[in-house]
Amino acid sequence: MRISTLFFTIGQGIKNIFRNKLFSLATVATIASCVFLFGLFYCVVLNFQNFVREIQTGVAITVFFDEGLPDAEIMKIGDEIAKRTEVSKIVFISAEEAWESFKSEELGGYVDSFGDDNPLQDDANFEIYMNDVSRQETLVKFIEGLEGVRQVRKSVMVASVLTSMNNFVGYISMAIILILLLVSIFLISNTVSIGITVRREEIGIMKLIGATDFVVRAPFVIEGIILGLIGAAIPLAAIYYVYRNVVEYISERFNIISSFLKFLTINQIFSTLMPVSLTLGVGIGFLGSFTTVRKHLRV
Amino acid sequence: MIILEDVSKTYSTGSPALNNITLHVKPGEFLFIVGDSGSGKSTLIKLLLRELTPTSGRIIVNNTDVVKLKHGKIPKYRRGIGVVFQDFRLLKDRNVYENVAFAQRIISVPGREIRRNVPSVLSLVGLAEKYRSRPRELSGGEQQRVALARAIINNPPILLADEPTGNLDPKNSWEIMNLLDEINSHGTTVLVVTHNREIVNAMRKRVITMKKGIILSDQEQGGYIDED
Repeated sequence: MRISTLFFTIGQGIKNIFRNKLFSLATVATIASCVFLFGLFYCVVLNFQNFVREIQTGVAITVFFDEGLPDAEIMKIGDEIAKRTEVSKIVFISAEEAWESFKSEELGGYVDSFGDDNPLQDDANFEIYMNDVSRQETLVKFIEGLEGVRQVRKSVMVASVLTSMNNFVGYISMAIILILLLVSIFLISNTVSIGITVRREEIGIMKLIGATDFVVRAPFVIEGIILGLIGAAIPLAAIYYVYRNVVEYISERFNIISSFLKFLTINQIFSTLMPVSLTLGVGIGFLGSFTTVRKHLRV
Repeated sequence: MIILEDVSKTYSTGSPALNNITLHVKPGEFLFIVGDSGSGKSTLIKLLLRELTPTSGRIIVNNTDVVKLKHGKIPKYRRGIGVVFQDFRLLKDRNVYENVAFAQRIISVPGREIRRNVPSVLSLVGLAEKYRSRPRELSGGEQQRVALARAIINNPPILLADEPTGNLDPKNSWEIMNLLDEINSHGTTVLVVTHNREIVNAMRKRVITMKKGIILSDQEQGGYIDED
């Protein structure tokens, strides 16, 4: 294809947008509504997942060692554990630190009766934090198999609740995103269908004077892609503005919520929402126009 | 140039449109096809344009077996045939220049050549001054001349005209027919489907008369036959 034909085709696509203003407006509005709904839902899901992740990072398993195990051996075990991919952080609590912490948290006024004794002298331990609590069982099994490990304390309940919650949110969000996507494609192909039916005569003329399917289809597809881009950019701008202000409002007005619920920043959200939404807009525009024009090409 | 052998066409509704038609058209001929509504004239044009395929028979145009033509080869085949319709079929949102240039753009003619060819062909049909007008700003005769300019700009060896004067007054009808005659004089084969008795009788060209899907008569320098 000649460069001039390529530019002509792109030019026709852009001109088509202005030739059919009402149709273009309807298409942009449909894509924008779908992407807006998707974006809002995406913000909620991402924040929820972040909330769960925050809780997960606070869940630790505690590893105790055989009585009298030398410090060097304990550190070796620590190194082995730290190599595991499930581990995000590992903290060593010496017997002295464990006793100090117990004294201040649990014993209060009765501490003097122990004198200089440390009843927890065999309770040096590692606190191990994980990337993903759903893999707790695997990690625990590995640690229990290490020589010198006396006991591994884990929080089965918290881990299983968090894992189930995470899975549940994952499935629900996938289902809702799929439904939104199907609704979008249905709405778009209907809108494009109406727009193209009006221009069926034009397609027929092009075909009868010898235009190839590519030449007929390309301007429609370019038009669809541009409308898809605009249709995605508008809700993105709206979400950017709304999300930032809502998060700011909640943080300022409802201190209790913001103290335990840490919202993601707009930049964190947009680092994935923007490429996903733009791809969605362009994809819907492309697929909608490509498939609908195809029906009218058999002239 | 154009060969139809034992061509029949029956629509999916079951109604037969053409029944065993055989027709040979030599290069450079001017041919009228006349007949009542439902005689099969438009079906014939659609078969030649490969809008339809025959139920049986063979169609050869410019040495191409039209029936066996694959979908991807149809555009190239159609570029060898200029076509004019009764309802002009212009792109309404584009001006005269763009309508004519479009036929060249789709075959990737360089922009420089398009800028040279379009004014030249618009001059030929007498519309050089109106190149910026939209179709709705033109009379029926002028619109048909734009359609004619679009049909001939790629110098096709064949020109099909389906009722080209059907929507025109006598003066404009004659202007269009004179243009078709002039195009034919440069070697283009011209097939005109028409109901216009006066023009057919006056021009003394080859006339094919059709009735109920068959060829009723084929006369050299013929005239309009009353079928009743």
